[in-house]
Amino acid sequence: MEASSKRGSISRLIEENKRKSKYKQGMVEKSVPVFLFIMAIISIFTTIGIVITLMVETVTFFNRVPILEFITSMEWFPFFEADPQYGIAPLISGTLLVAVIAMLVAVPIGLATAIYLSEYASDRVRRIVKPILEVLAGIPTIVYGFFALTFVTPMLQKIVPDLQFFNALSPGIVVGIMIIPMIASLSEDAMGAVPRSMREGALALGSTKLEVSLKVVVPAALSGIIASFVLGISRAIGETMIVTIAGGSSPNLTFNPAETIQTMTAYIVQVSLGDASYGSTIYYSIYAVGMTLFVFTLLMNIIAQLISKRFREEY
Amino acid sequence: MELINREKVVKRIETRLLKNTLSKWMFLLAASFGLIVLGVLLYRIFTQGIGYLDSGFFTNFASRRPEEAGIKAAIFGTIWLMIITGPVSIILGVGCAIYLELYARKNKLTRFIQMNISNLAGVPSIVFGLLGLTVFVRMMEMGRSVLAGGLTMSLLILPIIVVAAQEALRSVPKELQEASYGMGATKWQTIVRVILPAAIPGILTGGILALSRAVGETAPLIMIGALTFVAFVPESIWSGFTVMPIQIFNWTSRPQAAFHDVAAAGIIVLLFMLILMNSIAIIIRNKFSKRY
Repeated sequence: MEASSKRGSISRLIEENKRKSKYKQGMVEKSVPVFLFIMAIISIFTTIGIVITLMVETVTFFNRVPILEFITSMEWFPFFEADPQYGIAPLISGTLLVAVIAMLVAVPIGLATAIYLSEYASDRVRRIVKPILEVLAGIPTIVYGFFALTFVTPMLQKIVPDLQFFNALSPGIVVGIMIIPMIASLSEDAMGAVPRSMREGALALGSTKLEVSLKVVVPAALSGIIASFVLGISRAIGETMIVTIAGGSSPNLTFNPAETIQTMTAYIVQVSLGDASYGSTIYYSIYAVGMTLFVFTLLMNIIAQLISKRFREEY
Repeated sequence: MELINREKVVKRIETRLLKNTLSKWMFLLAASFGLIVLGVLLYRIFTQGIGYLDSGFFTNFASRRPEEAGIKAAIFGTIWLMIITGPVSIILGVGCAIYLELYARKNKLTRFIQMNISNLAGVPSIVFGLLGLTVFVRMMEMGRSVLAGGLTMSLLILPIIVVAAQEALRSVPKELQEASYGMGATKWQTIVRVILPAAIPGILTGGILALSRAVGETAPLIMIGALTFVAFVPESIWSGFTVMPIQIFNWTSRPQAAFHDVAAAGIIVLLFMLILMNSIAIIIRNKFSKRY
């Protein structure tokens, strides 16, 4: 009698435990996705945060400096106490100058590297070259900046005598070296996606390997290759330390690569290294410059996505 | 009557073959350009910096005299930064990846989150610095502290970790998941006890590589206001700090040539740390990959 009631209470206990753990599990199963969802939308909050901070402080800046002056004025002299000038043009020209030089270096070398890796290299060579490119991509930009200032600039000065110590050429070349791995690996991926049968068809018609590469594989992979160029430009525009160290800090509306320049990113660094007090016009100007930079790179990234999506040929 | 002019054919083929061979060597040259640059860069830095790399370099703080300058504060600053950035970014990144891979429906919101992550990866690091300066340093009043720097860096490397973790989760065989469901496990039990353990090597590898990116990053921390002349080791998450890249930047931007050699010594330490982290990542990848 007693035993059976005990057994009954035990089974009741088990039942209760089961129900409890089921309830607990149900809670876990229901609450976990919510937590994970919150983590997932942090990335969206980051974007919103970037846009809002840039917007708010940029609007404050434009309340003090007319937006028309920002766009049309050809001089950028924020540190003149008496008559500061806030025309973004010299910073943009400096940025574009560096980006153009970088692309002149990175596009031919990156594309040739990609063609070599995808069409010519044996597996053994690929196993050597690819890790080296990865190492190059992983070197911090501060190291590249140091390299530009202490090695590339003195070397260039021997070749180009009237090269100033701070100039656009040296950081441009080094930024180009920095983005070679990116262009090479993205382009190689695009070429790898071209089906074998197309190559074999061309080879069977008597093409040489060069003709297969340039007339079949590259055109077929063109959307991916061009997207990699656009992403490269975006990286070059946003690059900070190399241009800060080797490019100088005098905003200069010039397209002469031998002259000292200042890029948008270098200006932002210059201000935050100095003691521009919180709330001064100079403080807000870095947000306006940052906004310009953000818009430029965002546009590039969107263009790259559109190119690789819209013009991708399906095989 | 001969329809094919043999001489012409042979000549054309010869030029085409010549072009082919020449271009092959040009492509090889381009591919080895990276190797050459890497060699020159490392050679220069080692010959310049090795002289300053003694025990004093690791135990001294910043100094106005190159012989006495050391990297102690920067090494500790970098370690403090990693202690904050590592857990924060990996937890957030893995959470985000689990949601996107295993919970999210294929709807507009999911696509938007995914697109947003790939766009964030393309935002220049200095813009993240502006975000950190406004939100963490000013709005949340963390000041120019290790915490503010660490959180900014977490946001910066978050996209890289999410993408790496997503790939790791995707590579877990579906059979494992289905077997777990078949045994009566719930979704969360399956994730925690089956999928995550199988994906952890990939996640760790991606996480370490992303962290090594944070270690080498300079610009956002300059924005946050990491100090350039520090003679102390951070004591709490509220301390001011410097990190190795900023210390190197400071030495590089001084006019005296001797400080450039000190900078080179700092770069050797930084590169050594990065090589160490990358080796760990590679070891993890090789040891645990292809278990299935």
